[in-house]
Amino acid sequence: METIIEIRSLTKRFGELTAVDHLDLTVAKGEIFGLVGPDGAGKTTTLRMLCGLMDPSEGSARVAGHDVARDSRAVKDQIGYMAQRFGLYQDLTVEENMVFYADLFGITGETRAQLTAQLLRMTRMEPFRTRPAGQLSGGMKQKLALMCTLLHRPRILFLDEPTNGVDPVSRRDFWAILYQLLKDGITIFMTTAYLDEAERCNRVGLMHKGKLIRCATPGAMKAETGSATLEGAFIQTIHAVDGATA
Amino acid sequence: MSYRRMRAVCIKELHHITRDSRSLALALLLPVLMLLLFGFALSLDVDRIPTMIYDQDQTAESRALVRQFEGSKFFEIRGMVGDYGAIERGIDRSRILMGVVIPRDYSRQLGAGREAQVQLLLDGSDSNTASIALGYAESLVRNYSLELRTLALNRRAGGHLAPPVDARLRVWYNSSLESKNYVVPGLIAVILQIIAALLTSLTIAREWEMGTMEQILSTPLRPAEMVLGKMFAYFAVGLADAGIAVLVGVFVFRVPFRGSLPLLAVSTCVFLFGALFWGIFISASARTQAAAYQMGILSSFLPAFLLSGFIYSIETMPWVIQVITYIIPARYVVTILKGIFLKGVGLSVLWGELGLLTLYALIVFVLTTRKLNQKLV
Repeated sequence: METIIEIRSLTKRFGELTAVDHLDLTVAKGEIFGLVGPDGAGKTTTLRMLCGLMDPSEGSARVAGHDVARDSRAVKDQIGYMAQRFGLYQDLTVEENMVFYADLFGITGETRAQLTAQLLRMTRMEPFRTRPAGQLSGGMKQKLALMCTLLHRPRILFLDEPTNGVDPVSRRDFWAILYQLLKDGITIFMTTAYLDEAERCNRVGLMHKGKLIRCATPGAMKAETGSATLEGAFIQTIHAVDGATA
Repeated sequence: MSYRRMRAVCIKELHHITRDSRSLALALLLPVLMLLLFGFALSLDVDRIPTMIYDQDQTAESRALVRQFEGSKFFEIRGMVGDYGAIERGIDRSRILMGVVIPRDYSRQLGAGREAQVQLLLDGSDSNTASIALGYAESLVRNYSLELRTLALNRRAGGHLAPPVDARLRVWYNSSLESKNYVVPGLIAVILQIIAALLTSLTIAREWEMGTMEQILSTPLRPAEMVLGKMFAYFAVGLADAGIAVLVGVFVFRVPFRGSLPLLAVSTCVFLFGALFWGIFISASARTQAAAYQMGILSSFLPAFLLSGFIYSIETMPWVIQVITYIIPARYVVTILKGIFLKGVGLSVLWGELGLLTLYALIVFVLTTRKLNQKLV
């Protein structure tokens, strides 16, 4: 299998605090990988480094064949990043936001028209194209944000808690779109606080205090700890690590 | 540098500007308000100084001197009084600014050909006006005494003697010496500086606060494209403001416009570039809108107002302050605007100022791009 994300000893320090501590991980092309863990475990920081928004203090990462620190612009052309917080312009309409991002990624003319139409259809957002983003529901905002990251046909999608605060129906819709994208060969790297979402990933990585303490398929994790649920497996793993260091 | 990405940012900013009609109205009305307010309030002309006269002498000679004061447009006699107390009370209650006391022996001294003295009492709590009033009163009394002396000499000599030196004054460029003529062009420069900084000082801080910056940073957009795109969007507003301010200056304040309109346009554009970049620089440094707003006001209003030579002439400042004024762009644009409006001078005189404004704009642009080049944390 082709490796598309390769992380070696990736570390980020903020003063005294080590937010991400010597993380090693590889993700294969076409995989959906979920990063889980308690708040403050370093998930968002990891994601930001992989997207070239932040430089690592130590270690390196290659995303789609490019070094994230040295070649962040090349990385940005290959990826779509959706921040945890809604990052689009509330006073611009759905369409204006999409046109803006299409321009930033150099998608113009016929390609843009086709892609925009296709995305609006896929997300069932066509009726709302002239509505200001600020007047959309939480679920629709997420869909809009997702569309804006997909306009340049990225090879990898980085999603930071994409369905946080979104109602269950919208979450189901959102996942339907993600599965569609996976079918088209995109790789998804996401963080999530919802364990039913983690369950849908090919593999999950459990982060705790900046370290990746476990990385396996959801099934393997449950089997190892003998828990019926992924939640139980995580809690046991975290306690085991805390117990060992204490 | 991609023109398309820059244009995308510019269009996006224009959407923000036009959707926020309240801010836009404010941005366009503010220069008019400020110009009217400052233009009328900042009259530095000192005339019709309220004056009381205490004439102890009460002779034909003393009354002739009083008539001199009455006839001058610089003084307005608010009363002839009979004691010092009245003058003192007048000054205390700010009813008058000056008291003139003609002593009892005035006509006697004058008749004897000796020096006659006149006492001037001034309210020094407004030292600027007081010193101007003092100057007027002194010159009035001096001219009058010279006139008397010449008259006496002529009478004695039986002939005609001209005063030894007769200064014929001709003031250039602002021949009526009206302060509005030099306040208004400077004011236009100061107002543009403030507006420009206010327009752009929020633009990047807002993106940080709203969380839109992080999303933008994940795209291939370069800092230079972002800075230029934002600058050109607000440039449209700034240019409209400049046009409004010039029209108000010429048609409401009737400031003479003697120079070249294209030169005015070019210098205004160059100045706006620099001032708008400065606002963006502040915005990029502050990260919160409140801090950016305060820094924007402080760093544009105060230097432009105090150190540009718009009211307070730079030549009379201590040398340390004079050195500082060289890095204040408003200084150059004040010189340019006064030069174009009042003197009608062209590029052959103002090229240095224009060059320095261009340099300033370039430096701030580079600094801003550097500032934005930093990644998250």
